[in-house]
Amino acid sequence: MSGVRHLYVHLPFCANRCGYCDFVTVVGRQAQHRGYVDALLAELALEGRVLADRLQTVFLGGGTPTFTAPEELARLLARLPDADELTVEANPETVTPELARLLVEGGVNRVSLGAQSFQPHLLEVLERRAQPDDVRRAVYLLRDAGLDNISLDLVYGIPGQSPAELGADLADALTLEPQHLSYYELEAKPGTRFTRAHGHELERQAEAMEGYFEAVVDTLTAAGYRWYETANFCVTPGRARGRDLRAHHNLAYWQGRDYLGLGIGAVSTVAGVRRRNLAGLAAYVAALSRGAAPRREVEVLDEQTRAFERLMLGLRLDDPLPVHDVESCLDSAALERLAAGGLLELSRNGAGDELRLTRRGRFLGGAVTAELVEFAV
Amino acid sequence: MELERIRNFAIIAHIDHGKSTFADRILELTGAVSEREMREQMLDSMELERERGITIKAQAVRVRWRDHFLNLIDTPGHVDFSYEVSRSLQACEGALLLVDASQGIEAQTLANAYLALDNDLEIVPVANKIDLPQADPEAAAAELAQLVGESPERVLRISAKTGTGVTDVLDAIIERIPPPSGDLAAPARALVFDSSYDQYRGVVAFVRVVDGRFETREPLRAMVQGTAFEAEELGVMSPAREPVASLGAGEVGYVVTGLKDVSRLRVGDTLTSRRRPAVEPLPGYKDVKPMVFAGIFPTDSDEYPELRDALERLKLNDGSLSYEPETSQALGFGFRCGFLGLLHMEIVRERLEREFDLDLLITAPTVAYRATRRGGDVIEVHNPAEMPVELDLVEEPYVKASVIVPKDFVGPVMELANERRGIFDHLEYLSEERVLLSYALPLGEIVYDFYDQLKSRTRGYASFDYDLSGFQPGDLTRVDILVGGEQVDALSLIVHRDAAYDRGRQLVERLRKEIPRQMFDVPVQAAIGSRVIARETIKARRKDVLAKCYGGDISRKRKLLEKQKKGKKRMKQVGGVEVPQEAFLAVLNLDTERKR
Repeated sequence: MSGVRHLYVHLPFCANRCGYCDFVTVVGRQAQHRGYVDALLAELALEGRVLADRLQTVFLGGGTPTFTAPEELARLLARLPDADELTVEANPETVTPELARLLVEGGVNRVSLGAQSFQPHLLEVLERRAQPDDVRRAVYLLRDAGLDNISLDLVYGIPGQSPAELGADLADALTLEPQHLSYYELEAKPGTRFTRAHGHELERQAEAMEGYFEAVVDTLTAAGYRWYETANFCVTPGRARGRDLRAHHNLAYWQGRDYLGLGIGAVSTVAGVRRRNLAGLAAYVAALSRGAAPRREVEVLDEQTRAFERLMLGLRLDDPLPVHDVESCLDSAALERLAAGGLLELSRNGAGDELRLTRRGRFLGGAVTAELVEFAV
Repeated sequence: MELERIRNFAIIAHIDHGKSTFADRILELTGAVSEREMREQMLDSMELERERGITIKAQAVRVRWRDHFLNLIDTPGHVDFSYEVSRSLQACEGALLLVDASQGIEAQTLANAYLALDNDLEIVPVANKIDLPQADPEAAAAELAQLVGESPERVLRISAKTGTGVTDVLDAIIERIPPPSGDLAAPARALVFDSSYDQYRGVVAFVRVVDGRFETREPLRAMVQGTAFEAEELGVMSPAREPVASLGAGEVGYVVTGLKDVSRLRVGDTLTSRRRPAVEPLPGYKDVKPMVFAGIFPTDSDEYPELRDALERLKLNDGSLSYEPETSQALGFGFRCGFLGLLHMEIVRERLEREFDLDLLITAPTVAYRATRRGGDVIEVHNPAEMPVELDLVEEPYVKASVIVPKDFVGPVMELANERRGIFDHLEYLSEERVLLSYALPLGEIVYDFYDQLKSRTRGYASFDYDLSGFQPGDLTRVDILVGGEQVDALSLIVHRDAAYDRGRQLVERLRKEIPRQMFDVPVQAAIGSRVIARETIKARRKDVLAKCYGGDISRKRKLLEKQKKGKKRMKQVGGVEVPQEAFLAVLNLDTERKR
C-alpha cells in the first residue's frame, strides 16, 4: 500500500461562535492552544505511520485556524509534513501582515478566506466579526505576502438577502479576482440558535433560492470560472499559468480517496474504516498527553456504502465518474429514465462507461442521486 | 305458552331520541336486569354502537310485565338498514313510536313509521324527554297524533331518563298491542329477522315463530336459500341467552344453527322443519344487494394480509358486506367493497381501523351502475375505472328521498336537490312549522357529499331518509385522471356530463397542489376518453443539492441522502412520478375538505 496522501488538521478555536455554525469549535481559551497543538502533534506521531512519504494535500480547518496563537500555529506548521497543496482556512479580520508572513514561512500555499458576504447588514445577521473592507484588505495582504492561490467562501440565502444584494456580492467577489470560490447556500441546521431566530424568514425565501443558485453559477461561469463541483469554482488553467487550481484536498474527499484527520471532531477514512474523534477538547488533550489514542466513533464501510458515497460525491463533479466504481449501487432503470429526461449522460470511452450530470442535472444533484441509487435490502 | 299473554313490539326512534335509554329502563323496571348489573344501554352490544349512539344490529329481548311476556325487538336506526328494519317490524304486532319532544319527528322515524303502518302494526306514540326544559310535549304529541291518526290525548308523555311514565308505556303495550295469532297445528314456519355470529357456536338466528312449533335438535331448512342445519339450541334472550325446549307460534327467540357463515342464513328467510316442511315461505324476502362501492387499500402495502383477515372476520357478522380483491396501479393491493349505503361504509371503515388497528386508504364511494354495451350485453360496474368507454346506455340507481325541515329552509333544500338532478315529487306540511319534501334523486349524487351539504345549508335542521327505487338511464360519463400521462386508476370517477368539467378541474387543481415538484415538468390532466378537459402542470424543481459537502464527515451527508431515498420508497409511482400517500388522501377526501 502506498499510504494515505491527504491530511486534515482541525483547529477549533474561534473568537466567537457564529450563530449558524455547526462545526466543532472552541471559543477563546487562548491558554489551551499550546496543549492542543501538543496533542495534535502527539496524534500525528501516533497515526502518522499510515501516511505516504510525500503528501499531496494538507488542510488546516476550523474553527478559525488563524485565530490560534501565532507561535503555536507556527510550531504546528513547522512540524507538519510537506505537501503539494497546503491550505489554511482564515477569517478576514485575523489576517495581518505578520500572519501572512507566518503562513508563507510555514509552507502554506493556499488560503481559504471566510468572506461570506460583502453586505455589512448581512454579515451582522451571520454574526460575523469582519467588515467588507476586512475581506479586501485580507486578500491584498495575502497576495502581497506572495500567496497566489486564494479562495473565497461565500454564502447565499442569508435571511433578508435580496437578489440585488446577491448580485452585489458576486460583483464584489469577482473584483478581487480570487483563484477559487466556494459558494454555499446557507444551511439552517435544526436546533442552532440561528435557525431559531431566522427559520421563518428562511422558509419564506426557500423558493427564491432556486433562482439564487442559478444566478451564482451563471455569473461565475460567465466570468470564466470552472464549475467543477456543485458549490465550487476555480479559474481555468489558461488564467492560472497552466495550474489546476481546484481544491485538491476536497477533491480527495469527492473522489473517494483515503485521508487522515487529526484533532477534535476530525474524521479519517482509511481502508474502508471511518473514524471520528469525539468533540471534547479536554478529554482529547488528556488522552494524548498520556500517549493514548483519543476516543472515537468507528464506522466500517461495506462495499455498497463505499460505492454509494462514491456516487453521491462523484456526481457533484464536472469530471465524469467511471460506472465501474459505482455499479453495485446503481438502479439501471432509473439511470435510463434520468438520461432520457436530460439529467445525466452516459458516455463510453476506452476504459469503460462514464457517468456525468448534465447542467440541469447538476442543479438537481441530490434528487438525481437519490433516484439513481439502489440499495440491496 | 298462551298467545294471549305474549306481546311482540319494536321501538321506532331516531338516533339520539332516547331509544336505548328507554330500553334500559324497561329492562330495569321489569327486573330483567338488576340495577347493579345494569350496564348503560344494554342492548347495544358493540363498542362502536355505544360510542356512536346508534344501533347497528337488531336484537330481541324478552321481559315479564304484569303476567305477560313482552318481546322487545330492537331495530337499527339508520336508512342503510331499512330492509332489516322492515323484517324486524314484520316480526311484531305493534310498535312504539318514540320521539324526542324537544326535536319532533325526523325523516327516518317517519319512513319507519310508514313502514309499520304498511305492516298493519298497532302504533303506540310516545313523546320522550319531557324533562328537558326545551321540550314541547304538546307540539310533539300533535305531530305524532296527526301521523298515526290518533287523538293527541293518546300520545304518552315520558322521560326515559328519569323514569317518568315508563310503566304507563308497559301497560299500554299490553292494552293496545294485540297478541300474536298463529296456527300451532300448521307446519312450523319462523321468520329470520336478524342474525349474529358467535365465535364458538356459529350463526345465531333471531326468529319470530309464525306457525307451528320448533323443537331443540330438530333438522331445519331455510326455505329461500335452501340451507339445511340442525337447531342445536333454542332459547330466548332475557337478556342473556336462556335455552328452552321449544318455541311455538307467536314466540320470539333464537336458534343456534352451528353454521359457519352468516351469508348462508339471510335476514328475511323462513325456517321450517325438515320433518314436516311448510310449503310456502313467508312473504317479503329480498336479496339485499350492496349499492355503494369503494376500494379499500392498506396505507402500508405490507398490511394487505391483515386487511383480508379483518374483512373476513367482519363478514362473519355482517352478511350485507361484500368484497373482492382489487389491484390498483396507484394504491397497490386492496379490496373493492360493497355496502348497503354510506353509513354502512363508515361503520365498516371505523371497525377496520379501530378493532383491527389498520391504516386505510379509501377511494371515493361510487354506486352500482348498469352499463349496456354495444351488442346488447349488460354489465354491472362497481369501479369507475372498469366502466367501458363505448356504451349504448348507462343506468344508475335512484332513490326516493325524504327531507324534513323547518319551513324556512325549503328554498335551500330545493336548490340543493336541483343541483343534484333531483326530480321533485311532493311537499307536505307535517305541522305549521315543519315540511316534508320528497324527491327522486340519483344515489350517485347522494354519495357525493349530499348529506353534508344538506346539513350545512339547513344549519343542521334537516333530517333525511331514502329508499332505493330502481335504475334510470343517465347522461353519465367516466372521467379519468392522468399524472405524467398515465391514468391513475384509483381516481377515475363517473359523473353526469354537466358536472364532468367542474369535477375534473377540481381534482386536477388539487393534485397539482398536493404532488410535490419533481425533477421534470409533470402534466396533470382530467380526460373523458382521449379528450382532455382540464390540465395543470407541476413545474419541475430547479434545485435540489446538499449544500456543503466538504470536510471528511461524509457519513452525515450520506445519511441525509439515505433518508431522502427512504422517503421516496414510501411514495407511489405513477407515470414515473412520485406521489406521496398524502396526495391521494387529500384528493380522495376532497369532498370532506369542501364542506369545511
